[in-house]
Amino acid sequence: MRRQGLPAMPPAARRADGLGLRRAIPDRMLPSVVAAMAFLAALAFAGAVGAHALAARWSHGAGAIVTVQVPDPQAPAAIGTASRIDTVLATLGGTGAIASRHRLGAQELDALLQPWLGARSGLLALPLPAVLQLRLQPGAGLPATLAATLAGAAPGTLVEDSAAWSNRLLALTYSLQACAALALLTVAAVAGWVVALATRAGIARRRGAIELVHGLGGTDSYVAGRFARRTGWLALVGGAIGALVALPVLAQLSRLAAPFTAGASDQALPGTVIGSQTGLWPTLMLEALPLPLLVGLPALPLATGLIGWLTAQATVRAWLRRLP
Amino acid sequence: MIRLQDVSLRIGRGSNRPGRTPFRGFGWRGGRRTPEVLQGVSFAVPAGAFRWLLGPSGAGKSSLLRVLQLAVLPSTGQFELFGTEVQRARRSQLVRLRRRMGVVFQDLRLLPELSVFDNVALPMRLAQVPEPRVQADVIEMLSWIGLGRRLQARPGELSGGEQQRAAIARAVVLRPPLLLADEPTGSLDAPQALRLMELLMELNQLGSTVIVATHNDQLISHFKAPCLRLERGRLVEGE
Repeated sequence: MRRQGLPAMPPAARRADGLGLRRAIPDRMLPSVVAAMAFLAALAFAGAVGAHALAARWSHGAGAIVTVQVPDPQAPAAIGTASRIDTVLATLGGTGAIASRHRLGAQELDALLQPWLGARSGLLALPLPAVLQLRLQPGAGLPATLAATLAGAAPGTLVEDSAAWSNRLLALTYSLQACAALALLTVAAVAGWVVALATRAGIARRRGAIELVHGLGGTDSYVAGRFARRTGWLALVGGAIGALVALPVLAQLSRLAAPFTAGASDQALPGTVIGSQTGLWPTLMLEALPLPLLVGLPALPLATGLIGWLTAQATVRAWLRRLP
Repeated sequence: MIRLQDVSLRIGRGSNRPGRTPFRGFGWRGGRRTPEVLQGVSFAVPAGAFRWLLGPSGAGKSSLLRVLQLAVLPSTGQFELFGTEVQRARRSQLVRLRRRMGVVFQDLRLLPELSVFDNVALPMRLAQVPEPRVQADVIEMLSWIGLGRRLQARPGELSGGEQQRAAIARAVVLRPPLLLADEPTGSLDAPQALRLMELLMELNQLGSTVIVATHNDQLISHFKAPCLRLERGRLVEGE
């Protein structure tokens, strides 16, 4: 609805808000610092994921298994008329902490001895003990007197309970997880603090404009929203840069950690996208990452962006409360 | 419309926050209390009135205008604006009150990185006026005030008089019910000052309440109107 005799409308009438936030919060400083924070957060997160994988493996794998060796298994037991192995099995059957028991067969014993005695170990006339693998109930431990009871019934019986060192290792991995979580929280807090400082510096630079906008009827949510959009975007960019820089490092670490967390040198980590090759190509790097990292790494920029947005909102609103 | 009852104001730490007594606990920090810049000011201005705000430098004219424009809240006393008791108003109510007034600042406060057009459009955009109406009204206002060919100029490219006119255009573009002006003709020559005052009088005749702080005796004698006179922070005329 143009009026007669009036000049034409400005060609590019953008919705200028007057806060001048590009000058208030420059493009480079905040993304650089947030990128460094995001890189550290990625490493801490990877540490937490690795510790979790180790804990899962130990709590469900070797740590939960007890091995019992019964020498001369068919000989009569010291008590009663049954064989030594039957007596041991009967004793174990009455122990509530044991979820399942399995006696290794000849082929399984051969496979165990093969690394030491070679492929023909089964043909050797060695007096092999009977080997029992016991799986314990979750969280349960063997009775302290079990080893003595078994040795009384079948002298020479050995009970190898890995629970003691397994529990220590589990405690260690849980500690590592807690440390990684603490590191993540610290990094997030530092990132928030950096954003708050940048926002306060921006407020100081544009104080006059903010007061003017406030005086002309700008609401707190309008001013805080403009700041939050700017800092949130810069923090998101910084987070993306940090995640990209962390990607090759984490891919390489994942490849190195795979044998320890998977239990076999040529197996991938549980949950890993299959393919243990790694390289500088993004697809190869992504393939090397375990699933939690594959999901967590893209979430990192979103998290930094959210931290930036929330921190700026809080900082600006707190400052605006000084005005009536 | 505007009613002040025994209003006092101390400028300083904490004085901007509603419900807080300024300088509470400040005595032991600063060692002394800052004197009140306004003391026991009481007056009422009905809707549609025009008032000159007079007084020597340092009398408290700008401080009183800052109270009226809600840049600070009175330390004591009662202040009622558009029927709202200001000290008890919520922040959202204060925002609505600010949108019903136009202010010409003594130091103009044009934003240097915005064009003249965007400076004048700012209060309309903050009030979420539809953009087509913003475009039409701002262009009409700037044309009327003689800046129709300087829409895209930055304030730094304008003369002092042009900047003053742009600041006035920003204050009146929303046709506010209340217009507050602090030395609005300070940078203008006599013909421009008269033309500006005619604009303010026209706005007043259209129903806006106008309060103008000035030292310009020529204008005061040319445009006869009741006055509020301050001396040393006290209202000595116009109560």
